[in-house]
Amino acid sequence: MKPVIEIINASFAYDKVVVLENVNLQVFEKDFIGIIGPNGGGKTTLLKGILGLLKPVKGSVSYPGKIYSTHKPFGYLPQVKHIDKKFPITVIDVVRSGAVMKRNLFHGRNEEKEKALQLLNEMGVADIQNKAIGELSGGQMQRVFLCRALISEPEVLILDEPDTFVDNRFEGELYEKLKILNERVAIILVSHDLGTISTYVKTIACINREFHYHRSNKISTEQLKAYNCPIQIITHGEVPHTVLKYHD
Amino acid sequence: MQEFFELFTYDFFQKAFLSALLASISCGIVGTYIVSRRIVFISGGITHSSFGGIGIAFFLGLNPLFGAVVFAVIAALGIQFFTQRGDVREDSSIAIWWSLGMALGVIFTFITPGYTPNLMSYLFGNILTVSSSEIWMMTVLDVVVVAFFGLFYKTILYIAFDEEFARAAQIPVSLFNYLLIVIIALTVVFNIRVVGIILILSLLTLPQATANLFTKNFKVLILLSTIIAFFGTISGLFISYFADIPSGATIIFTLVIIFGVTRIIRFFR
Repeated sequence: MKPVIEIINASFAYDKVVVLENVNLQVFEKDFIGIIGPNGGGKTTLLKGILGLLKPVKGSVSYPGKIYSTHKPFGYLPQVKHIDKKFPITVIDVVRSGAVMKRNLFHGRNEEKEKALQLLNEMGVADIQNKAIGELSGGQMQRVFLCRALISEPEVLILDEPDTFVDNRFEGELYEKLKILNERVAIILVSHDLGTISTYVKTIACINREFHYHRSNKISTEQLKAYNCPIQIITHGEVPHTVLKYHD
Repeated sequence: MQEFFELFTYDFFQKAFLSALLASISCGIVGTYIVSRRIVFISGGITHSSFGGIGIAFFLGLNPLFGAVVFAVIAALGIQFFTQRGDVREDSSIAIWWSLGMALGVIFTFITPGYTPNLMSYLFGNILTVSSSEIWMMTVLDVVVVAFFGLFYKTILYIAFDEEFARAAQIPVSLFNYLLIVIIALTVVFNIRVVGIILILSLLTLPQATANLFTKNFKVLILLSTIIAFFGTISGLFISYFADIPSGATIIFTLVIIFGVTRIIRFFR
């Protein structure tokens, strides 16, 4: 089976200063990878690399599954703090903007609009389609951006710290949703807090200037320590290291 | 009332009316983009830098608007280039172009021998002296702006809303950023005669601020801003004519009043 995303020995740099070295990652169908690491550890850099926003100075990032000349295989949910909440745009337009990830996916505007409405419906927020983005609650906004990420029917869903701006009630709902989505798309979830994601992800990667990923569903505290991952984030709360063992 | 309708029989007034309409269209559209994307300060830099072009054109005996276009476009591309490269901080870069243009403008108008005609009308605008050729230029500008925003409406909206997402989707973001900044430069310069360099920024932001009180929909914001801009410009034009005060300043003052009154009404309702 070919991976959807393949990163081989990639190094990333800003202005010739290398911030991330020798990244190796293969993302396959139905993967659910949690990437953890402290702030400033290179999470954003890696995401930019995967999204094609930052070209590696060494090595390669590719999408070997198909020929992606006209579209990208991913749906992307950015951190909402990067979104201008006063921007004059309606919910339906935000969702439809996600369709640009795959050109020629829809035959005509109506089909695109129908798909957008269908997604909003699935997320239980069809009634807010004509609201401005600034009028939404954190949870609603999250759902809208999830719809935007999904409208292009991606093979990989990439989420950047989705737990930072939602109300607690929706957080659990979101992860349940992701679990269902994971039956048809691979998911990469970036977070600085392992606690919330550990029960949902299938595999874990750690990033702190270096990138460590083993395609196993178990990872021990000792290993994380060895990888220089900040340990306090996995030892607090209700998350002992055994939680990371595979679960159904 | 008689006097009111009689105005429309005068050639100068017809031209003023027409240029108010034409300015409202380009400023309504481009201003919505500027306000939404929060690049008002960039637009201010471009506007003021164009004064350098006007001064040099005076000195060389060329058409001042020609000089303004050249300068504004160079400043626009310069600001965009340095911002994109990240060498110079964006706001510092804007300030440099802003003051460079103003300085050159002052120096060259000073050393231009004799009287520099219309200097004040470039600085503060005079809608009553807009010429036929300037109306033609404004018409061409409107056609370009309407066509560009009509053809690439979605692309422009998506880039303005979330540039990173647009880049990830392989939309040619940089190309559009350059094209849009040039369109801003052209819009500013070709509408200078209406309210002048000092005040043109208000024509690109005040109608939008007022319209924004009623809608958060980009498309509706464009239409409403255009209508409000037209209403404000025309009202200001009449007031300035009958009160015999400068038109540019009156138009802007009218737009501020419209915004203020609307804001207060919205507050209580």
